[in-house]
Formats: sequence, C-alpha cells, structure tokens
Amino acid sequence: MEALLLWTVFPYICGTILIVATFYRFIYRGKSWTAPSTEIFEKKWLRIGSIVFHYGIIFAFVGHLMGVLIPIEVYNSLGVDDHTYHIFAIVGGGFAGLMVVMGLIFLLIRKFSFPRVKAHTSFGDYFTIVLLLLVAGLGTYMTIIYNTTVVAYEYRLTIGPWFRSLFTFNPVSGLMLGVPTLFKVHVVLSFLLFASIPFTKLVHMFSFPVRYPTRAPQQYRARDGYRKNEGNKL
Amino acid sequence: MKIKAQVAMVMHLDKCIGCHTCSVTCKNVWTNRPGMEYVWYNNVETRPGPGYPKSWEDTDRYKGGWTLRNGRLHLKAGGPISKLANIFYNPNMAEMDDFYEPWTYDYQNLIKSPRKENIPVARPKSMITGDYIDKPTWGSNWDDDLAGGSEVVPMDPNVQKLQEHIAMEYEKTFMMYLPRICEHCLNPSCVASCPSGALYKRDEDGIVLVDQDACRGWRFCTNGCPYHKVYYNWNTHKAEKCNFCYPRTEAGLPTVCSETCVGRIRYIGVLLYDADKVKEAASVEDPKDLYESQLSVFLDPFDPEVIAKAEEQGINRSWIESAQESPVYKMAMKWKIALPLHPEYRTLPMVWYVPPLSPIMSHITNESQLSAEGYIPAVDDMRIPMQYLASLLSADDTTVIRKVLLKMAAMRVHMRAKTVGGIDDMKKSKLLQEADITIEELEDMARLLGVAKYNERFVIPTGRREMDEDLHYKQGACSIEDLAPPEGMVTYPFERSEGL
Repeated sequence: MEALLLWTVFPYICGTILIVATFYRFIYRGKSWTAPSTEIFEKKWLRIGSIVFHYGIIFAFVGHLMGVLIPIEVYNSLGVDDHTYHIFAIVGGGFAGLMVVMGLIFLLIRKFSFPRVKAHTSFGDYFTIVLLLLVAGLGTYMTIIYNTTVVAYEYRLTIGPWFRSLFTFNPVSGLMLGVPTLFKVHVVLSFLLFASIPFTKLVHMFSFPVRYPTRAPQQYRARDGYRKNEGNKL
Repeated sequence: MKIKAQVAMVMHLDKCIGCHTCSVTCKNVWTNRPGMEYVWYNNVETRPGPGYPKSWEDTDRYKGGWTLRNGRLHLKAGGPISKLANIFYNPNMAEMDDFYEPWTYDYQNLIKSPRKENIPVARPKSMITGDYIDKPTWGSNWDDDLAGGSEVVPMDPNVQKLQEHIAMEYEKTFMMYLPRICEHCLNPSCVASCPSGALYKRDEDGIVLVDQDACRGWRFCTNGCPYHKVYYNWNTHKAEKCNFCYPRTEAGLPTVCSETCVGRIRYIGVLLYDADKVKEAASVEDPKDLYESQLSVFLDPFDPEVIAKAEEQGINRSWIESAQESPVYKMAMKWKIALPLHPEYRTLPMVWYVPPLSPIMSHITNESQLSAEGYIPAVDDMRIPMQYLASLLSADDTTVIRKVLLKMAAMRVHMRAKTVGGIDDMKKSKLLQEADITIEELEDMARLLGVAKYNERFVIPTGRREMDEDLHYKQGACSIEDLAPPEGMVTYPFERSEGL
C-alpha cells in the first residue's frame, strides 16, 4: 500500500501538477511570472540571504544530480569507490546544505523584521520559505549528522534508481520501502515542494536568462510584429 | 544606411516656471496605482539639487549608462556574464529611501473622529506599510525652489564637481528647473541591461518600452538607466517606465506632460537617423565629442537621397514631411540651441534642452543703454556658472553652452531692437558673429520659442496602422482569400491572456 500510494501515485500527482500548472500559469497568467524581488525595500539582509541561499541551492541541485540522477554504475566504472564518493558527498553536500539553510534563515528573519518587507510578504512567500527550510534542513541533517553518526546511507541503490524509474513510467516503488524514515520524509516533502512551484514565486527559476549573453545588446521590435516571436533585431 | 524615425522632445528651460503640472498630469494618467506611488515618469527638479531619486547623476554609485574600455562600449554596471552572476542581488540598485516612502493622509479621521476637545488631524500614512509616519522626511520635490539650501544642494553631483563655490546667500544664489522624462535614447543602456530582453525600442518611432509579459523583474534596467527613469513596480514586480504616451502620439497628439505644460516649454517632433551609425557615434573617445557625434547620426529630411532611402525602407511619407517640419530638428540640428542631457552617458538621449538665459539677464539693469556687445560679457558672467550648465548638457564643454547662450542673447537683442529700438546695428554684428547665426534664423527662433502655436510646437505624425501586415486579421476579419496568411506562418498555439 505504501509503495503504491506514497511512491507511485503521489509522485505522479505532484509531477502532473508541476507540469500542467506551470504551463497554465505561463500561458494564461503570464503577467504574474516574475522573480518577485523586495530589494527596493531592504538591501543589506537580502545581500547576505539571497546570495548565500541561491548559490547554495545551485550547488545542492548539482549535488542531487550527481547523487540521484547519475547511476552508481557510472561511478563504479569511473573507479570512484564508495568511500571517496561519500566523503565528497558529505563535505560538498553539507556545505551546500548549510548555505541553503543559513540563507533561508536570513531571508525568513528579514521577512519578519522589516515592516516594508513584512507588509508585502504573502502566505505563499512564507509557505515557500518554510517548506524549503524543512526540506533543506532535513537534507542537511541527513548529510552532515545522520551520514556521519548512524550510517553513510547508500541512496544510490534505492532512492536513485526509484527516482529515475519514475521518468520511464515503470516505477520500482518497492525500492523505497526499506529507506530510512528521515530520507522518506525528505523525499515526500520535496515532491510537495515540486507541486507547489507553479503556485508560488518559485517559477522564476525556469526563467533564468541563459540567452542574455548571446543576444544583441539593443533590441528593436516593430509594433506590427510585436508578438511574432523575437521581433527583428539589429 | 538604415534609416529609422524617432519621436523626440525639446524642453525650453527658459520658459519652465517649475509648476509641476507636467508631473501631476503624468502621474494622474500613468502612475497612480499600487506599486507605483513613488514613481514619477515625469518630474521637475530644482537645480542645483540632488534631483529624484537622490543624486541620480552619481554614476559611481548607480553605475548607469555606458563606459568606453579599449575603444569599445561596455555597460558601466557590467556585461551579461557579470549580470548573471549578480542576478540574485543587484548591488547598484536604488532603495525606496533614495526615492522616498510614498504617503497619503488619514483623511477619514477628519470625518469620522468622535467629538473631542482638539480638532482632528489627518496624519500622514505610509502607502507601503499602511502605518502612520510621524513626519515625512523626503519626497520627490523636497528641495523644490532650493528649500533645504546649503544642506541639500551639495548632494548634487554636478555641484560636487564644480571648482567654483556656489553662493547660497539668498541675494547671490541661482536656480533653474529641470523637467525630466525618459530620454528614449538611441543607444539605451536599460535595453542592453535587461536579461530577459523585455525592454525594446520600437522600430516605428523609437519609443523605449517594457514588455510586461516578458519582464521577469531582474531589476538591472532600473539602475542601468543613467537617468534613473526605469522604475520597479513593487506590486506587479515588473519594471515600468515613461512610454512617451504612445497611445496619444500614435494618434498624433502630444504627450500628456507636453499637452498640459502651462509654460508651453515642450516641443515634439520627428528626427530621422541612421541606425547603423549609432554605435560608432556612442563610441567616440572624448566625451566632449559626444554632442557633435550624436548630431552626426541625424539625417537631413530635405536631402532627396535620404527621402528616397527612407521611403524605400518603409518610412511613410507623412513621417518624412513631419521630419521636415520638426521643431526638434530646427532646434537641435539647424540652430543648435537644444542640447542633450548628460551626453557623457553615451546613450544618445533624445529629450533635448535649451539652456536657460533668464538668470543671466535678470541682473542686467541698464538694458536700455546697453550695446549688443555688452551682452557678451553678460553671458560670460552669468549667475549660473557656465560649468554647471556644461556639466548637465555638454559633458563639461563650456564652449558649447556659451555659443547657445550667445544665440539666445542675440535673439533677445535683435527682437528688442526690432520692437523697442535702441540697439546700434553696427555693433550688433559682433554679437551675431560670435553667436554664429543669421538675422533670419534669429527671427525664426523667436517665433518658435515665443509665439509658436500648438501645431507648430507639436508636429507628430500618426501611427500608420493601415500599413501593418495582417491588419485584417488583427481586426478579427478574414473575408478575402488573398489576405490569408502564407502557409507555414508561425501562430501561437495559445493566445496569451490580456490584463492579467
């Protein structure tokens, strides 16, 4: 039952919400699609909180790619033994996790303590920060404390293959049953976070302007061709 | 040669009385919404003074505009790679306090207050937090008419640059008004600063706009503009800016600020320019050459070759005729009395200013006995230090300012001689010579600056919708087979919602 509900149905519901709602918002609620900055209200705390959090979460994302998406066989064939992998994962992941948690705490305190920021913080903003803090806090705890005191859990044999199997629509949910509870909670909360992305400010992550360095500095658009994809550029 | 048309504006500062009607009407039309209370697309600054936002000319702090490195133009705040690295926090962005915290008054209290011993008052209330403010401490015109005096004036970056001491004693001081809107530059640094490509310059009229669907609120435009004329709407979390009232100009009407200007200081007209020369013109080595190099990108609308090329490139006949009648062309190109604001930012701004003469002339007491030559030292000894005007309008080149002021003085002398007499014609030629202008031009100038009517001050061709492709589709009609879209034409799978 747990395998079916928690590790098959639940992830697919979350994934569907993420994809469908994201496209819906982009297309029908396009004007709400921004990185809702409050920098104009407060700069000093944002400087620390935002930079530490964002770079931390980028490192953490790369770390999850390496731990969950890349199969253990790849590491084995490259000759990276488990011990080396875990040292790197614990040090790198722990560092990234601490950055995320510290950044989030800074941002959360900032939300409370500056009246201008507080006045413009919605339920969704608090929800996002708190959920992220739970997910990241658990992840960091697992990486730094659980892995070093209890056991360096080999998620590359259970969570990794299960997560990848979701993408092939052939989920091997049984793999998740023996996973330590802490890890299970981390995974479930993460899927909740994924499902909440389209309803919160988190959508701005999909708009990272990667094309900026390659485009012409000056943009011209004809009034006539306003909505014809790119317009004409000089 | 790539010919483009630009709708541009000239403001004749001599006539500005600092009444803020332009600001108020603009605000009532465009920025009286939540998130935009602190925003003034049009504002009038008393100079010397820090302006709005505070010390916006401090390019070391806000890092607006372009700089030249090894002969190449670079955004002063850093190029695309450094912007992407700084995208989580924009170190150069202005804070709300650099503008001001907008407030209203608790008027309800005047009506709803219970009977008390003291008269109820309307307390100021922040429009950001909704809390009462004990006392507002700054506003967009806090230093109007030199209020704040010697405490506030030194915040003006142009003053800090001056060698000369600026007298703040009441009888000795000077001031002038500087109304500002978005410059709709030929080489806009806000556009180049936008990571999302949401800011763009319109092909048809050169108006710089923000695509509200594409803006992601990265905020680099706000300080990337050296004039600080792109604003962050904290309610929609997107950038907004002066749009040159395009719904009006497309219909051939002047902008709201121009329409309502009681001093009639504003002129709107079309200029034709060569878009291929813009980058080169903005890249000249010496900032003092930027004024001349900017003039070099404009094309003579009477030149048959230019007319032929323009028509070939789809510029409508009525736009070419408007360019020939353009008051902006006359003042900026023909008589060279209108100057761009801060050309050293290298954005090639398109709102031009005729420097003020009144503060000089007001201390001439013996004007009825004065010879024409006597006006030359008057220009040189003016109350507004020439360096101050040069710092604003000509990248510190005082010779440019002097020449404009001599022309204005010559116009005054000539028109005075014509109407009340008393000037020796022989000596007038010396002033004319120094001013480098003819009598006919002076009379044309006097007409345009003094008595020109509405349709001479505003020569604005309408947006020609009938030239649009797919116009019938835009109107929602498709009755004629020939008008069907070519096969394979890209259409959107979903229509994006409007107004959400």
